[in-house]
Amino acid sequence: MAREDIALMAHLMRRAGFGASREELEARAARGYEATVEELLNPEAEPVDRYEFLRYHPGFWKPITSPGMGSAAWFHTMLNTKRPLEEKMVLFWHQVFATGQSKIDHWHELITQVDMFRDKGMGNYRDLLVELAKNPAMIYWLDNCDNHAHAVNENWGRELLELFSMGVGNYTETDVREASRAFTGWTIAATPPRGYYNRWDWEFEYLEEDHDESEKTFLGHTGNFNGEDIIDIVVQQPACHRFIARHLYNFFVAEEAQVPAWQTTPPRDPEAIDTLAKAFVDSQYDMRSVLRVLFLSDFFKNARFARIKSPAEVVIGILRLAGGDEFPAPGIGNRAKQPTYMGQELLNPPSVEGWHTGAEWINSGTLMKRINFAASVLSDLSRPGIRAIVNRLRSQGDLSPEGLVDGCLDLLGPLEVQPQVRQQLVEHASEGGALHWGTEQEVSTSRARVGEMLQLIASVREFQYC
Amino acid sequence: MATSEKAPVLVVLQLSGGNDYLNTVIPYNDPLYRDYRPVVGLPEDQVLPLDDDIALHPSMGPISAMYDQGKVAIIHGVGYPNSVRSHFRSMDIWHTCEPEKTGTEGWLGLATRELDPRKDNIVTAVSFGPSMFRALAVPGVPVACVDDLDTYGLLTGIAPEQKRAKILERFAQNYAPLLGTDTVMQYLGQTGLEAMAGADILKVAPQQYASTVKYPDTSIAKKLRGIAQVHLASLGSRIFYCDHIGFDTHANQTGVHATLWNDVSNAIDAFFADLKEHEAADNVLMFLFTEFGRRVRDNGSGTDHGAGGGAFALGDMVKGGQYSEYPSRKAEDLTQGDLAPTLDFRGLYATILEDWLGVDAKPIVKGMFEKPRFL
Repeated sequence: MAREDIALMAHLMRRAGFGASREELEARAARGYEATVEELLNPEAEPVDRYEFLRYHPGFWKPITSPGMGSAAWFHTMLNTKRPLEEKMVLFWHQVFATGQSKIDHWHELITQVDMFRDKGMGNYRDLLVELAKNPAMIYWLDNCDNHAHAVNENWGRELLELFSMGVGNYTETDVREASRAFTGWTIAATPPRGYYNRWDWEFEYLEEDHDESEKTFLGHTGNFNGEDIIDIVVQQPACHRFIARHLYNFFVAEEAQVPAWQTTPPRDPEAIDTLAKAFVDSQYDMRSVLRVLFLSDFFKNARFARIKSPAEVVIGILRLAGGDEFPAPGIGNRAKQPTYMGQELLNPPSVEGWHTGAEWINSGTLMKRINFAASVLSDLSRPGIRAIVNRLRSQGDLSPEGLVDGCLDLLGPLEVQPQVRQQLVEHASEGGALHWGTEQEVSTSRARVGEMLQLIASVREFQYC
Repeated sequence: MATSEKAPVLVVLQLSGGNDYLNTVIPYNDPLYRDYRPVVGLPEDQVLPLDDDIALHPSMGPISAMYDQGKVAIIHGVGYPNSVRSHFRSMDIWHTCEPEKTGTEGWLGLATRELDPRKDNIVTAVSFGPSMFRALAVPGVPVACVDDLDTYGLLTGIAPEQKRAKILERFAQNYAPLLGTDTVMQYLGQTGLEAMAGADILKVAPQQYASTVKYPDTSIAKKLRGIAQVHLASLGSRIFYCDHIGFDTHANQTGVHATLWNDVSNAIDAFFADLKEHEAADNVLMFLFTEFGRRVRDNGSGTDHGAGGGAFALGDMVKGGQYSEYPSRKAEDLTQGDLAPTLDFRGLYATILEDWLGVDAKPIVKGMFEKPRFL
């Protein structure tokens, strides 16, 4: 297997998924890059059996929505899915359509929203927006249930334009008002009051008598618009095409400026944005088609290690590599909070704007959390993925200090580090001399030294990139 | 390490989400207030009057008591021209003092650089929150970012300590500046080294701390307690920053807003009681702000994003009272249904920067603005 094929496949799997074991990379590379992209776009593997999680954590299920277990359920899916791109798109839409437990206070509704992203996230964007507008968690999050024919609430109308489709500067305050009016009557059906432990499911309801039936003028179009008409107008806007293209680029390819700066800062790679926007229009807003263009492009293939991993990518990536957490054992609630400690509380973004990404993930506190977590998991020799790394190194026979360093870097990526950093690692390895696998004592020492080397590599700067 | 123990210290408490000023500092005898707020308006017999015109929200008892002692300055109508009603953007403007373009440098990050230009003290600025605030972010300016002071440290899982020390030594070498690397790589390197240094310094704070003050069991109280611990350890920290979230009260405002202010007021009360117990309150100024006020007319359940808000300065050295003018509620004076700001927030910052921290405000707030004289 050519090293370059493995490196490219590892890049694809880090971005289009959460990384992959060396065995999986080899198998996929043997099938080929394009075939793998196609498989990721149209996965045939069975979805994760959520009843497994439910069996051990019944508190997650409605109507008893225990605090914290909602994100644990999703965490369990991300850890176990064999349909990684589908799940990565769930994460993508959760970042763009950021909805949070801080206000929803109903985990099950957030899980329902996440399920909707899984179901529709690689399909048609226009249909996805319509589903989003009808999603009860979103309706409650942005107060469309308080958006009435005679008392307009602009929250959803504004964020639909500002954060979900076009970005600031591409519409007027009047457009916000008119869009909001078009969505009057899009609400949640009344439920019995919730008790301490029971919350009733929310259902979308269209209340015709609460819909503003008068004429609206939105982005230059005039008519008696309802919500779907607004979405139909929005998806035709070039600003929308570029907005989605730029989000995809930022999430899958390389760091863009933060979203609020998009109005004033040109894209990092304008040609790439043009390419993606064109694919978006040509396919009539089909996400799968845009993703195919993205993953097969040279700008994607050449963007290796051009992004800082998000906390979810850090935690899920490391746990999938190391293995051992597939079963939803007690304690999964706490493990699912690891991204929170690194500044990304899943299902509870800081605001409807989602998270600031890229270098803004990093500060002295979060960097410390990232390093501490990676070091503790990667040095845990009881984990199957770490044992597999040890066994692969062992199969190479006795290892020089350079061999140990290069072998560990290879199996953690292949990870590319600065020559000076490699030199530091080699110096550290040299203090213990070569690795031998002869006697039981030697095997035990060598295993521990591999763990220590993985730990040290987990702490270098390059490890924060993907 | 410690500079003069009595150097002025600033504690910023950010009220995230857009606090409803009209229901926080209430023009309770204004009939227009009743007209605009049929649902979320607070009854006259529940509010805490400061004078004949202005009252505080019923949940703000401790702040009202501090006001009576002359230790609270209320600054009315704070905002900026052409108010933006996006949370993100407006908060960015407050953080960077750049209403016209996207700013990259935070005002208190710049102040930190002025206070400690040679980076002698890596904990000059300490941020308490899961993530760092843009107000503190300036490339090259170290800010310690803490969420839980008790478990703060790098590679704390490695035992024995001797081995950990060796790994940390390698770590420091690996994070040393490298020629030819890009800015993000350099930023990572600097941040890593600062994380290591900051942790070594801050770990003494909880160990030294003892107090009879019991803080409420709320997230904001936990943050303020952490700030008190670091302040009381006399590590030379000059700027602390934390926030309390959830002020985006579009719906069901009455109960939500009361809980928010109850939590904030009681946490502040415990914080100052703690500092007083240790005779460490007299050099602390606390500053509360929010990204915008909310719409004057309620929406039948809550209030939508507005413009002019307000701010508070608390502490022994504050000249208590009310500053700037409360914006007019008359229909013809509202802008797009919102209170028109009467004071630019950059003037307020200038007061804090120049009359408290002793640094030149002009390059930080980018201009000259009217300063409320509450110090």
